Amino acid sequence: MQFGVFSVGDVTTDPTTGRTPSEAERIKAMVAIGLKTEEVGLDVFATGEHHNPPFVPSSPTTMLGYLAARTERIILSTATTLITTNDPVKIAEDFAMLQHLADGRVDLMLGRGNTGPVYPWFGQDIRDGIALAIENYHLLHRLWREDLVDWEGKFRTPLQSFTSTPRPLDGVPPFVWHGSIRSPEIAEQAAYYGDGFFANNIFWPKEHFIRLIDLYRRRYEHYGHGSADQAIVGLGGQVFMRKNSQDAVSEFRPYFDHAPVYGYGPSLEEFTEQTPLTVGSPQQVIEKTVRFREYFGDYQRQMFLMDHAGLPLSTVMEQLEMLGGEVVPALRMEFDSHRPPHVPDGPTHAGLRAAAEGQVVEAEIL
Amino acid sequence: MKQRRLAVVSGGLNEPSSTRLLADRLATAATEALADLDVESEVDVVDLRDNAHQLTNMMLTGFAGPELATAIDKVVKADGLIAATPIFSASYSGLFKTFFDVLEVDALAGKPALIAATAGTARHSLALEHVVRPLFSYLHAVVVPTTVFAASEDWGAGSAGEALSERIDRAASELARLVASDQRPAPVDPYDDVTSFEDLLGG
Repeated sequence: MQFGVFSVGDVTTDPTTGRTPSEAERIKAMVAIGLKTEEVGLDVFATGEHHNPPFVPSSPTTMLGYLAARTERIILSTATTLITTNDPVKIAEDFAMLQHLADGRVDLMLGRGNTGPVYPWFGQDIRDGIALAIENYHLLHRLWREDLVDWEGKFRTPLQSFTSTPRPLDGVPPFVWHGSIRSPEIAEQAAYYGDGFFANNIFWPKEHFIRLIDLYRRRYEHYGHGSADQAIVGLGGQVFMRKNSQDAVSEFRPYFDHAPVYGYGPSLEEFTEQTPLTVGSPQQVIEKTVRFREYFGDYQRQMFLMDHAGLPLSTVMEQLEMLGGEVVPALRMEFDSHRPPHVPDGPTHAGLRAAAEGQVVEAEIL
Repeated sequence: MKQRRLAVVSGGLNEPSSTRLLADRLATAATEALADLDVESEVDVVDLRDNAHQLTNMMLTGFAGPELATAIDKVVKADGLIAATPIFSASYSGLFKTFFDVLEVDALAGKPALIAATAGTARHSLALEHVVRPLFSYLHAVVVPTTVFAASEDWGAGSAGEALSERIDRAASELARLVASDQRPAPVDPYDDVTSFEDLLGG
């Protein structure tokens, strides 16, 4: 089981002080959060991709490359990489390069983004969102697996005898998560390729995601990648903790009340009741998160949103200390003790390489 | 005996509400008209006033709170819809529109619907034809030809009140004939009836 932190990279005014960080501060804060993720014993740091204010992370592999040089252990990932408006050739190249620099500590989550105008800004049409995700990934998948690619599709210029360089490290493409909040087509896509499915459940009730993940698991089995409970599932979470839960509630409430996405809407109490958000003691976070496996089955990756809505970096750092120090060790023990042996652990480069070599050995024996 | 469910959406804001009063009369008339066609019916009423906070929350968060989710479910799964709104500023009320804005695309597609409205004077009556009907046409509901408008005077004695009763009965029987029909589209569940990847890839 892998635990990590994902950041949207929003520049948001701290509602308690009225102070807005500069882009430079926010970018450096994201790096500091990435470094802290490793320091406190978590497994994954992931950055969003956005092309409009108030978000800073437009260039994820630049940031992740810098983090690769300054970390030893964590997996560097995205949440998400826009498969719709980025050229799949450039994604293939950027992430293969990052994979080499980071000695394989790289995977990525593909998504369609949440901002309509990004499509026209990059020369695409939002009505083609699903079709772009399907076709672009089909090309990306081939570019990492075939040395010479001939390609003709609807959305990008054709390729003849094209080799995407560098080739993936050890011939093992980066693991891909397909991220979705609501589209059954994306769950179907993840199932077809036997890739991971990340249900970004942090802002919505679980009932919807139970159906979406169930669809992915069922179709994963249908396409012959393994049994439904072996499908690779990732989930989000959002927490704010203090030793005493009432302190957590009173400190977080102004951030909640003014937050992008849900601010000025439901009360903190309603939202924590209806979504994965937990505001309380570390023990409450543990109790709520362990229930995810009851709803969604044994899963492989749990990401936490820790740094949005204008929370100051010093507070986020304290949160990460608690997450790594108290919460995740308890969650690891709990999840690992329940996971049956045939259900795979979180995907790593080493694991994928061993699996690929195993297949070669098997083929030679036959 | 055939079974059908009707959902009534009332956008009235006062308690008691004349919009709700009109909606209830339509529901009763529709139930009777269905009974004449040997159809047994049950009626679920959704008062939007009770869901006002959760509707605003859903506009902001994209998901329905528990009570609103139940209300939406009743409307989406109903065999027929009776929708009544007060006319404000030449149109449906904002709250009424909000309810239909938060439904999934195609949630009302093919659904028989009767539209109704209330206002202080009959000067507002054509808002039903010029504003409310296009909304439901856009949502692909099947709106019956007769719409029912009630101004304050229609609740009194005399010819106005009789005319209202006649319109209620006419609209209700138009709705009942559609609701009783066996040729209704089967609901599609995108999480159960998945499009296979080969079809997606084939574009």
